[in-house]
Amino acid sequence: MAKTFDEINEKIKDGKVVVLTAEEFKDLVEEKGVAQAAKEVDVVTTGTFSPMCSSGAFINFGHSDPPIRMNRIWLNDVPAYGGLAAVDTYIGATELSETQGFEYGGAHVIQDLIDGKKIKLRAESYGTDCYPRKEITTYITLDDLNQAYLFNPRNAYQNYNAATNSSDRILYTYMGTLLPQYGNVTYCTSGELSPLLNDPELRTIGIGTRIFIGGAQGYVAWEGTQFVRNKEVIRDGVIQYSGATLAVIGDMKQMSSRFIRAASYEKYGTTLFVGVGIPIPVLDEDMAKFLAVRNRDIYTQVVDYSVPSRSRPVLRKVSYEELRSGMIELNGKKVPTAPLSSLRKAREIAQVLKEMILKGEFLLQEPIQKLPEDRRFNPLKEREVK
Amino acid sequence: MQLQKIKLFMYFPPEKTDKPITYRLVKDYDLMFNILQAQIQPNKKGRLMAELEGTAENIEKGLQYLKDQGVQYRIFNKNIIWHEEKCVHCGACTAVCPSRALSMDRNEWKLTFDHSKCLICELCVKACPLNAMDVNIFL
Repeated sequence: MAKTFDEINEKIKDGKVVVLTAEEFKDLVEEKGVAQAAKEVDVVTTGTFSPMCSSGAFINFGHSDPPIRMNRIWLNDVPAYGGLAAVDTYIGATELSETQGFEYGGAHVIQDLIDGKKIKLRAESYGTDCYPRKEITTYITLDDLNQAYLFNPRNAYQNYNAATNSSDRILYTYMGTLLPQYGNVTYCTSGELSPLLNDPELRTIGIGTRIFIGGAQGYVAWEGTQFVRNKEVIRDGVIQYSGATLAVIGDMKQMSSRFIRAASYEKYGTTLFVGVGIPIPVLDEDMAKFLAVRNRDIYTQVVDYSVPSRSRPVLRKVSYEELRSGMIELNGKKVPTAPLSSLRKAREIAQVLKEMILKGEFLLQEPIQKLPEDRRFNPLKEREVK
Repeated sequence: MQLQKIKLFMYFPPEKTDKPITYRLVKDYDLMFNILQAQIQPNKKGRLMAELEGTAENIEKGLQYLKDQGVQYRIFNKNIIWHEEKCVHCGACTAVCPSRALSMDRNEWKLTFDHSKCLICELCVKACPLNAMDVNIFL
Protein backbone atom coordinates (compact mmCIF):
# COMPACT_ATOMS: atom_id res chain seq x y z
CA MET A 1 0.00 0.00 0.00
CA ALA A 2 1.54 3.25 -1.11
CA LYS A 3 1.51 6.30 1.18
CA THR A 4 1.55 9.96 0.23
CA PHE A 5 3.32 12.91 1.85
CA ASP A 6 -0.07 14.27 2.90
CA GLU A 7 -1.10 11.03 4.58
CA ILE A 8 2.18 10.88 6.47
CA ASN A 9 1.84 14.51 7.58
CA GLU A 10 -1.66 13.74 8.88
CA LYS A 11 -0.18 10.93 10.95
CA ILE A 12 2.50 13.30 12.27
CA LYS A 13 -0.18 15.80 13.32
CA ASP A 14 -2.24 13.02 14.94
CA GLY A 15 0.78 11.68 16.80
CA LYS A 16 0.44 8.32 15.04
CA VAL A 17 3.48 8.45 12.84
CA VAL A 18 6.10 5.69 12.99
CA VAL A 19 9.62 7.02 12.57
CA LEU A 20 12.93 5.16 12.63
CA THR A 21 16.46 6.35 12.05
CA ALA A 22 18.11 4.95 8.91
CA GLU A 23 20.17 2.50 10.95
CA GLU A 24 17.13 1.28 12.90
CA PHE A 25 15.17 0.86 9.66
CA LYS A 26 17.88 -1.26 8.04
CA ASP A 27 17.91 -3.53 11.08
CA LEU A 28 14.13 -3.85 10.88
CA VAL A 29 14.30 -4.80 7.19
CA GLU A 30 16.86 -7.48 7.98
CA GLU A 31 14.57 -8.83 10.67
CA LYS A 32 11.16 -8.57 9.02
CA GLY A 33 11.75 -8.00 5.32
CA VAL A 34 11.16 -5.05 3.02
CA ALA A 35 7.39 -5.48 2.61
CA GLN A 36 6.67 -5.55 6.32
CA ALA A 37 9.06 -2.66 7.07
CA ALA A 38 7.43 -0.57 4.33
CA LYS A 39 4.03 -1.23 5.90
CA GLU A 40 5.08 -0.47 9.49
CA VAL A 41 7.27 2.58 9.05
CA ASP A 42 6.26 6.01 7.71
CA VAL A 43 9.45 8.05 7.90
CA VAL A 44 13.17 7.27 8.04
CA THR A 45 15.57 9.91 9.30
CA THR A 46 19.09 10.32 7.89
CA GLY A 47 22.00 12.49 8.97
CA THR A 48 25.45 13.72 8.16
CA PHE A 49 27.96 15.94 9.94
CA SER A 50 30.88 16.69 7.66
CA PRO A 51 33.15 19.49 6.64
CA MET A 52 31.34 21.26 3.80
CA CYS A 53 33.48 24.02 2.31
CA SER A 54 30.85 25.42 0.01
CA SER A 55 28.95 27.07 2.84
CA GLY A 56 28.37 30.64 3.90
CA ALA A 57 25.91 33.16 5.24
CA PHE A 58 23.91 36.09 3.95
CA ILE A 59 23.71 38.88 6.51
CA ASN A 60 21.91 42.20 6.68
CA PHE A 61 23.39 44.61 9.25
CA GLY A 62 20.76 47.37 9.23
CA HIS A 63 21.67 51.01 8.55
CA SER A 64 23.89 53.29 10.56
CA ASP A 65 23.22 57.03 10.82
CA PRO A 66 24.45 58.57 8.59
CA PRO A 67 24.18 55.51 6.35
CA ILE A 68 27.02 53.81 4.53
CA ARG A 69 27.10 51.71 1.35
CA MET A 70 29.60 49.16 2.56
CA ASN A 71 31.82 48.10 -0.30
CA ARG A 72 34.69 46.60 1.65
CA ILE A 73 33.66 44.59 4.70
CA TRP A 74 35.48 42.62 7.39
CA LEU A 75 33.99 40.52 10.18
CA ASN A 76 36.62 39.84 12.86
CA ASP A 77 39.15 40.69 10.14
CA VAL A 78 37.71 38.09 7.74
CA PRO A 79 36.77 39.73 4.43
CA ALA A 80 33.09 39.48 3.49
CA TYR A 81 31.59 40.27 0.11
CA GLY A 82 30.85 43.94 -0.54
CA GLY A 83 29.20 43.70 -3.91
CA LEU A 84 25.58 43.55 -2.75
CA ALA A 85 23.27 46.34 -1.62
CA ALA A 86 24.40 48.85 1.04
CA VAL A 87 24.33 46.69 4.17
CA ASP A 88 23.98 43.17 2.78
CA THR A 89 26.90 40.80 2.67
CA TYR A 90 27.84 37.19 2.12
CA ILE A 91 30.54 35.60 4.19
CA GLY A 92 32.04 32.36 2.95
CA ALA A 93 33.22 29.59 5.27
CA THR A 94 36.67 29.27 3.72
CA GLU A 95 37.56 32.99 3.64
CA LEU A 96 40.59 33.45 5.90
CA SER A 97 41.24 36.10 8.50
CA GLU A 98 43.73 38.77 7.40
CA THR A 99 45.31 38.66 10.86
CA GLN A 100 45.01 35.02 12.00
CA GLY A 101 45.32 33.12 8.72
CA PHE A 102 44.41 29.44 8.78
CA GLU A 103 43.38 29.58 12.41
CA TYR A 104 40.26 31.65 11.89
CA GLY A 105 37.98 32.10 8.91
CA GLY A 106 34.45 32.75 7.74
CA ALA A 107 33.33 29.47 9.29
CA HIS A 108 34.50 30.71 12.69
CA VAL A 109 32.64 34.01 12.22
CA ILE A 110 29.50 31.97 11.50
CA GLN A 111 29.96 29.77 14.56
CA ASP A 112 30.79 32.74 16.81
CA LEU A 113 27.62 34.50 15.66
CA ILE A 114 25.56 31.37 16.36
CA ASP A 115 27.20 31.14 19.79
CA GLY A 116 26.00 34.68 20.52
CA LYS A 117 29.48 36.21 20.54
CA LYS A 118 30.24 39.82 19.60
CA ILE A 119 31.81 40.18 16.17
CA LYS A 120 33.80 43.21 15.06
CA LEU A 121 32.35 44.74 11.91
CA ARG A 122 34.61 47.03 9.94
CA ALA A 123 33.52 48.52 6.62
CA GLU A 124 34.70 51.11 4.13
CA SER A 125 32.97 52.96 1.35
CA TYR A 126 33.71 55.54 -1.34
CA GLY A 127 30.73 57.62 -0.17
CA THR A 128 27.78 58.66 -2.30
CA ASP A 129 25.15 61.38 -2.06
CA CYS A 130 22.68 58.87 -0.66
CA TYR A 131 25.25 57.00 1.50
CA PRO A 132 27.69 59.68 2.66
CA ARG A 133 29.53 57.76 5.39
CA LYS A 134 32.94 56.37 4.42
CA GLU A 135 33.84 54.06 7.26
CA ILE A 136 32.45 52.28 10.26
CA THR A 137 33.85 50.05 13.03
CA THR A 138 31.50 48.50 15.56
CA TYR A 139 30.44 45.26 17.21
CA ILE A 140 27.47 43.19 16.09
CA THR A 141 25.71 40.13 17.48
CA LEU A 142 23.34 37.65 15.84
CA ASP A 143 20.38 39.22 17.67
CA ASP A 144 21.13 42.64 16.15
CA LEU A 145 21.09 41.39 12.59
CA ASN A 146 17.95 41.76 10.52
CA GLN A 147 18.64 38.55 8.64
CA ALA A 148 21.37 35.98 8.99
CA TYR A 149 20.84 32.79 7.07
CA LEU A 150 23.13 30.16 5.73
CA PHE A 151 22.96 29.65 2.03
CA ASN A 152 25.28 26.80 1.19
CA PRO A 153 25.76 26.26 -2.54
CA ARG A 154 27.03 22.70 -2.15
CA ASN A 155 26.28 20.46 0.82
CA ALA A 156 25.38 16.85 1.52
CA TYR A 157 27.41 15.13 -1.19
CA GLN A 158 25.80 11.86 -2.18
CA ASN A 159 29.16 10.11 -2.16
CA TYR A 160 32.80 11.10 -1.93
CA ASN A 161 36.23 9.68 -2.69
CA ALA A 162 38.37 8.05 -0.08
CA ALA A 163 41.86 9.55 -0.12
CA THR A 164 45.38 8.19 0.12
CA ASN A 165 48.91 9.32 -0.72
CA SER A 166 51.52 7.35 -2.67
CA SER A 167 54.22 10.01 -2.48
CA ASP A 168 57.11 10.26 -0.06
CA ARG A 169 55.92 13.35 1.73
CA ILE A 170 53.00 14.19 4.01
CA LEU A 171 50.10 15.84 2.16
CA TYR A 172 47.88 18.38 3.88
CA THR A 173 44.51 18.31 2.16
CA TYR A 174 40.83 18.91 2.69
CA MET A 175 40.77 15.14 3.21
CA GLY A 176 42.96 15.60 6.28
CA THR A 177 46.62 14.76 6.75
CA LEU A 178 47.63 12.01 4.33
CA LEU A 179 50.71 10.10 5.43
CA PRO A 180 53.41 9.13 2.89
CA GLN A 181 53.58 5.79 1.06
CA TYR A 182 49.96 4.85 1.56
CA GLY A 183 50.26 5.49 5.31
CA ASN A 184 46.53 5.99 5.72
CA VAL A 185 43.18 6.29 3.95
CA THR A 186 40.60 8.90 4.91
CA TYR A 187 36.93 8.95 3.95
CA CYS A 188 34.14 11.38 4.44
CA THR A 189 30.50 10.36 4.25
CA SER A 190 28.21 8.87 6.83
CA GLY A 191 27.57 5.90 4.48
CA GLU A 192 24.29 4.15 5.18
CA LEU A 193 23.13 7.08 7.33
CA SER A 194 23.83 9.65 4.63
CA PRO A 195 20.77 11.43 3.23
CA LEU A 196 21.33 11.09 -0.51
CA LEU A 197 22.58 7.52 -0.33
CA ASN A 198 19.20 6.56 1.11
CA ASP A 199 17.28 8.16 -1.75
CA PRO A 200 19.65 7.42 -4.64
CA GLU A 201 17.07 8.30 -7.31
CA LEU A 202 16.02 11.51 -5.54
CA ARG A 203 12.37 10.51 -5.49
CA THR A 204 11.61 12.38 -2.28
CA ILE A 205 14.37 15.00 -2.09
CA GLY A 206 14.08 18.00 -4.38
CA ILE A 207 13.59 21.74 -4.37
CA GLY A 208 11.51 22.71 -1.35
CA THR A 209 12.26 19.64 0.76
CA ARG A 210 12.26 20.62 4.43
CA ILE A 211 15.49 19.59 6.12
CA PHE A 212 17.26 19.80 9.44
CA ILE A 213 20.30 22.05 9.10
CA GLY A 214 22.57 23.09 11.93
CA GLY A 215 19.71 22.67 14.42
CA ALA A 216 17.22 24.75 12.40
CA GLN A 217 14.49 23.75 9.97
CA GLY A 218 15.67 24.75 6.52
CA TYR A 219 15.07 23.84 2.93
CA VAL A 220 16.65 22.45 -0.19
CA ALA A 221 16.89 25.56 -2.35
CA TRP A 222 18.31 24.20 -5.56
CA GLU A 223 20.55 21.55 -7.03
CA GLY A 224 23.96 21.87 -5.41
CA THR A 225 26.90 23.11 -7.46
CA GLN A 226 28.83 20.31 -9.20
CA PHE A 227 25.63 18.25 -9.04
CA VAL A 228 26.25 15.18 -11.17
CA ARG A 229 23.49 12.95 -12.39
CA ASN A 230 23.19 11.02 -15.61
CA LYS A 231 23.02 7.47 -16.87
CA GLU A 232 26.77 6.95 -16.43
CA VAL A 233 27.04 8.16 -12.86
CA ILE A 234 26.91 4.67 -11.42
CA ARG A 235 29.81 2.69 -12.82
CA ASP A 236 31.07 -0.57 -11.43
CA GLY A 237 28.67 -0.20 -8.50
CA VAL A 238 30.17 3.13 -7.45
CA ILE A 239 28.43 6.48 -7.56
CA GLN A 240 31.21 8.16 -9.49
CA TYR A 241 33.07 10.93 -7.75
CA SER A 242 30.22 12.61 -5.96
CA GLY A 243 26.79 12.18 -7.47
CA ALA A 244 24.11 14.59 -6.36
CA THR A 245 24.65 17.61 -4.10
CA LEU A 246 22.24 20.09 -2.53
CA ALA A 247 22.10 23.86 -2.20
CA VAL A 248 20.50 24.44 1.18
CA ILE A 249 19.20 27.34 3.19
CA GLY A 250 18.49 27.79 6.89
CA ASP A 251 18.07 30.50 9.53
CA MET A 252 21.21 31.00 11.65
CA LYS A 253 19.10 32.43 14.44
CA GLN A 254 17.65 28.96 15.04
CA MET A 255 20.98 27.13 14.84
CA SER A 256 23.21 25.73 17.55
CA SER A 257 26.92 24.94 17.49
CA ARG A 258 25.92 21.47 18.67
CA PHE A 259 25.06 20.86 15.02
CA ILE A 260 27.36 23.23 13.15
CA ARG A 261 31.03 23.80 13.85
CA ALA A 262 33.92 25.78 12.39
CA ALA A 263 37.02 23.83 11.49
CA SER A 264 40.54 24.49 10.33
CA TYR A 265 42.67 21.97 8.46
CA GLU A 266 46.39 22.29 8.67
CA LYS A 267 47.97 23.95 5.63
CA TYR A 268 44.62 23.83 3.85
CA GLY A 269 42.37 26.38 5.49
CA THR A 270 39.03 26.77 7.19
CA THR A 271 35.75 25.04 6.54
CA LEU A 272 32.44 24.41 8.24
CA PHE A 273 31.13 21.15 9.67
CA VAL A 274 27.45 21.27 8.73
CA GLY A 275 24.91 18.99 10.32
CA VAL A 276 22.25 18.03 7.81
CA GLY A 277 19.37 15.64 8.42
CA ILE A 278 16.73 14.73 5.88
CA PRO A 279 13.55 12.78 6.64
CA ILE A 280 12.65 10.31 3.92
CA PRO A 281 9.06 9.09 3.63
CA VAL A 282 8.62 5.36 3.12
CA LEU A 283 6.18 5.91 0.27
CA ASP A 284 6.19 2.31 -0.95
CA GLU A 285 8.22 -0.87 -1.10
CA ASP A 286 10.60 0.54 -3.70
CA MET A 287 11.47 3.37 -1.31
CA ALA A 288 11.92 0.85 1.49
CA LYS A 289 14.34 -1.10 -0.67
CA PHE A 290 16.47 1.99 -1.21
CA LEU A 291 16.35 2.78 2.50
CA ALA A 292 17.46 -0.74 3.36
CA VAL A 293 20.89 -0.26 1.76
CA ARG A 294 23.81 -1.21 4.01
CA ASN A 295 27.43 -0.11 4.17
CA ARG A 296 28.53 -3.37 2.56
CA ASP A 297 26.55 -2.41 -0.57
CA ILE A 298 27.74 1.19 -0.82
CA TYR A 299 31.04 1.73 -2.55
CA THR A 300 33.41 4.56 -3.16
CA GLN A 301 36.83 4.71 -4.78
CA VAL A 302 40.23 5.15 -3.20
CA VAL A 303 42.00 8.00 -4.96
CA ASP A 304 45.68 8.93 -4.85
CA TYR A 305 45.83 12.60 -3.83
CA SER A 306 49.55 12.88 -4.52
CA VAL A 307 48.90 13.29 -8.23
CA PRO A 308 48.37 17.01 -8.76
CA SER A 309 45.87 16.64 -11.54
CA ARG A 310 42.14 17.01 -12.01
CA SER A 311 41.81 13.30 -12.74
CA ARG A 312 43.69 11.55 -10.00
CA PRO A 313 44.35 7.83 -10.28
CA VAL A 314 41.81 5.48 -8.75
CA LEU A 315 43.46 2.63 -6.85
CA ARG A 316 40.48 0.44 -6.08
CA LYS A 317 36.84 0.46 -5.16
CA VAL A 318 35.97 -0.07 -1.54
CA SER A 319 32.80 -0.55 0.46
CA TYR A 320 31.93 1.61 3.44
CA GLU A 321 31.84 -1.53 5.53
CA GLU A 322 35.52 -2.09 4.76
CA LEU A 323 36.38 1.54 5.39
CA ARG A 324 34.57 1.42 8.72
CA SER A 325 36.46 -1.70 9.79
CA GLY A 326 39.54 0.48 10.38
CA MET A 327 41.80 -1.25 7.87
CA ILE A 328 41.69 -1.87 4.13
CA GLU A 329 44.02 -3.63 1.78
CA LEU A 330 45.89 -1.48 -0.69
CA ASN A 331 48.51 -2.96 -3.02
CA GLY A 332 48.66 -6.05 -0.84
CA LYS A 333 49.36 -4.01 2.29
CA LYS A 334 47.04 -3.34 5.24
CA VAL A 335 46.40 0.38 5.51
CA PRO A 336 44.58 2.04 8.43
CA THR A 337 41.47 4.06 7.60
CA ALA A 338 40.13 7.12 9.39
CA PRO A 339 36.84 8.95 9.02
CA LEU A 340 36.66 12.75 8.68
CA SER A 341 32.91 12.97 9.02
CA SER A 342 31.47 12.44 12.49
CA LEU A 343 29.29 9.38 12.48
CA ARG A 344 28.45 10.00 16.10
CA LYS A 345 27.02 13.43 15.24
CA ALA A 346 25.24 12.01 12.18
CA ARG A 347 23.50 9.53 14.47
CA GLU A 348 22.63 12.27 16.92
CA ILE A 349 21.09 14.31 14.11
CA ALA A 350 19.03 11.37 12.81
CA GLN A 351 17.83 10.76 16.38
CA VAL A 352 16.97 14.41 17.09
CA LEU A 353 15.12 14.69 13.78
CA LYS A 354 13.19 11.53 14.59
CA GLU A 355 12.11 13.00 17.94
CA MET A 356 11.07 16.28 16.31
CA ILE A 357 8.83 14.38 13.89
CA LEU A 358 7.38 12.19 16.64
CA LYS A 359 6.52 15.33 18.64
CA GLY A 360 4.77 16.84 15.61
CA GLU A 361 7.33 19.65 15.36
CA PHE A 362 8.63 18.77 11.90
CA LEU A 363 6.40 18.11 8.90
CA LEU A 364 7.54 16.64 5.62
CA GLN A 365 7.49 18.82 2.51
CA GLU A 366 7.03 17.20 -0.85
CA PRO A 367 9.48 18.60 -3.41
CA ILE A 368 8.05 21.53 -5.36
CA GLN A 369 10.27 20.56 -8.23
CA LYS A 370 12.47 17.54 -8.87
CA LEU A 371 16.21 17.93 -9.18
CA PRO A 372 17.61 17.60 -12.72
CA GLU A 373 18.06 14.16 -14.22
CA ASP A 374 20.88 14.96 -16.58
CA ARG A 375 23.81 16.93 -15.31
CA ARG A 376 27.45 16.43 -16.11
CA PHE A 377 30.50 17.66 -14.27
CA ASN A 378 32.19 19.97 -16.74
CA PRO A 379 35.84 20.86 -16.42
CA LEU A 380 37.00 24.44 -16.82
CA LYS A 381 37.99 24.95 -20.42
CA GLU A 382 40.97 27.24 -20.66
CA ARG A 383 40.97 29.51 -23.68
CA GLU A 384 43.83 31.60 -24.85
CA VAL A 385 43.56 35.18 -23.65
CA LYS A 386 45.11 37.81 -25.91
CA MET B 1 52.34 3.52 49.45
CA GLN B 2 51.73 6.23 46.85
CA LEU B 3 52.98 5.17 43.42
CA GLN B 4 54.16 7.65 40.85
CA LYS B 5 54.32 7.37 37.12
CA ILE B 6 56.80 9.05 34.79
CA LYS B 7 57.46 8.77 31.10
CA LEU B 8 61.00 8.98 29.90
CA PHE B 9 63.23 8.71 26.87
CA MET B 10 66.43 6.76 27.42
CA TYR B 11 69.48 6.89 25.18
CA PHE B 12 71.81 3.92 25.48
CA PRO B 13 75.42 4.25 24.37
CA PRO B 14 76.43 1.43 21.95
CA GLU B 15 78.47 -0.43 24.58
CA LYS B 16 75.45 -0.65 26.89
CA THR B 17 72.90 -2.14 24.54
CA ASP B 18 73.86 -5.68 25.60
CA LYS B 19 73.37 -5.01 29.34
CA PRO B 20 70.10 -6.01 31.05
CA ILE B 21 69.48 -2.53 32.37
CA THR B 22 65.69 -2.69 32.31
CA TYR B 23 65.84 -5.97 34.22
CA ARG B 24 67.81 -4.30 37.01
CA LEU B 25 65.32 -1.43 37.14
CA VAL B 26 62.53 -3.91 37.66
CA LYS B 27 64.34 -6.28 39.99
CA ASP B 28 66.38 -3.93 42.16
CA TYR B 29 64.06 -0.93 42.31
CA ASP B 30 60.67 -2.60 41.99
CA LEU B 31 59.66 -0.38 39.06
CA MET B 32 56.85 -1.34 36.75
CA PHE B 33 58.18 -0.90 33.28
CA ASN B 34 56.01 -0.34 30.22
CA ILE B 35 57.90 0.03 26.95
CA LEU B 36 56.19 2.43 24.54
CA GLN B 37 58.74 2.64 21.78
CA ALA B 38 62.12 1.03 21.34
CA GLN B 39 64.93 1.10 18.83
CA ILE B 40 67.80 -1.04 19.95
CA GLN B 41 70.36 -2.80 17.80
CA PRO B 42 73.59 -4.44 18.99
CA ASN B 43 76.55 -2.07 18.95
CA LYS B 44 74.50 0.91 17.94
CA LYS B 45 73.06 3.74 19.97
CA GLY B 46 69.69 2.61 21.40
CA ARG B 47 66.58 4.59 22.13
CA LEU B 48 63.83 3.53 24.47
CA MET B 49 60.68 5.28 25.50
CA ALA B 50 58.97 3.88 28.57
CA GLU B 51 56.64 4.54 31.39
CA LEU B 52 57.95 3.80 34.90
CA GLU B 53 55.76 3.31 37.89
CA GLY B 54 56.95 2.96 41.46
CA THR B 55 57.46 4.81 44.71
CA ALA B 56 59.07 8.25 44.48
CA GLU B 57 62.12 6.89 46.28
CA ASN B 58 62.56 3.95 43.96
CA ILE B 59 62.07 6.11 40.86
CA GLU B 60 64.80 8.42 42.10
CA LYS B 61 67.14 5.50 42.82
CA GLY B 62 66.37 3.94 39.46
CA LEU B 63 67.19 7.19 37.66
CA GLN B 64 70.46 7.44 39.62
CA TYR B 65 71.25 3.88 38.52
CA LEU B 66 70.69 4.89 34.87
CA LYS B 67 73.07 7.83 35.33
CA ASP B 68 75.70 5.58 36.91
CA GLN B 69 75.43 3.24 33.93
CA GLY B 70 76.00 6.07 31.48
CA VAL B 71 72.44 5.93 30.16
CA GLN B 72 71.20 9.38 29.28
CA TYR B 73 67.54 10.07 29.85
CA ARG B 74 65.00 12.79 29.48
CA ILE B 75 61.80 12.86 31.50
CA PHE B 76 58.79 13.98 29.58
CA ASN B 77 57.61 17.37 30.52
CA LYS B 78 54.75 17.31 28.08
CA ASN B 79 51.51 15.51 27.59
CA ILE B 80 48.62 15.77 25.18
CA ILE B 81 45.29 17.07 26.38
CA TRP B 82 42.05 16.18 24.67
CA HIS B 83 39.46 18.93 25.09
CA GLU B 84 36.45 16.68 24.80
CA GLU B 85 33.97 19.56 24.85
CA LYS B 86 35.43 20.84 21.57
CA CYS B 87 35.58 17.39 19.96
CA VAL B 88 32.98 16.25 17.42
CA HIS B 89 34.43 12.74 17.16
CA CYS B 90 35.17 13.10 13.45
CA GLY B 91 38.24 10.86 13.56
CA ALA B 92 40.73 13.11 11.71
CA CYS B 93 43.29 12.71 14.51
CA THR B 94 43.16 8.92 14.28
CA ALA B 95 44.46 9.21 10.70
CA VAL B 96 47.85 10.41 11.92
CA CYS B 97 48.26 8.81 15.35
CA PRO B 98 51.25 6.45 14.97
CA SER B 99 50.69 4.46 18.18
CA ARG B 100 46.89 4.14 17.94
CA ALA B 101 46.58 5.95 21.26
CA LEU B 102 43.77 7.80 19.51
CA SER B 103 41.24 5.45 18.02
CA MET B 104 37.55 5.23 17.23
CA ASP B 105 35.25 3.10 19.32
CA ARG B 106 33.54 1.27 16.49
CA ASN B 107 30.22 0.82 18.24
CA GLU B 108 29.67 4.32 19.52
CA TRP B 109 31.94 5.98 16.94
CA LYS B 110 33.37 7.97 19.77
CA LEU B 111 37.01 8.96 19.97
CA THR B 112 38.98 7.19 22.68
CA PHE B 113 42.33 8.38 23.96
CA ASP B 114 44.63 5.91 25.68
CA HIS B 115 47.22 8.17 27.33
CA SER B 116 49.51 5.27 28.13
CA LYS B 117 50.06 4.63 24.41
CA CYS B 118 50.65 8.29 23.55
CA LEU B 119 54.10 9.04 22.14
CA ILE B 120 53.53 12.80 22.42
CA CYS B 121 54.46 13.23 18.77
CA GLU B 122 51.93 16.07 18.54
CA LEU B 123 50.70 15.08 15.07
CA CYS B 124 47.12 15.07 16.37
CA VAL B 125 47.44 18.65 17.58
CA LYS B 126 47.91 19.81 14.01
CA ALA B 127 45.56 17.30 12.44
CA CYS B 128 42.55 18.18 14.62
CA PRO B 129 40.31 20.59 12.69
CA LEU B 130 38.56 21.73 15.86
CA ASN B 131 41.58 22.59 17.96
CA ALA B 132 40.56 19.96 20.48
CA MET B 133 44.07 18.54 21.00
CA ASP B 134 46.64 20.53 22.92
CA VAL B 135 50.16 20.08 24.21
CA ASN B 136 50.48 20.66 27.91
CA ILE B 137 53.98 21.49 29.09
CA PHE B 138 54.88 21.06 32.74
CA LEU B 139 58.21 21.18 34.47
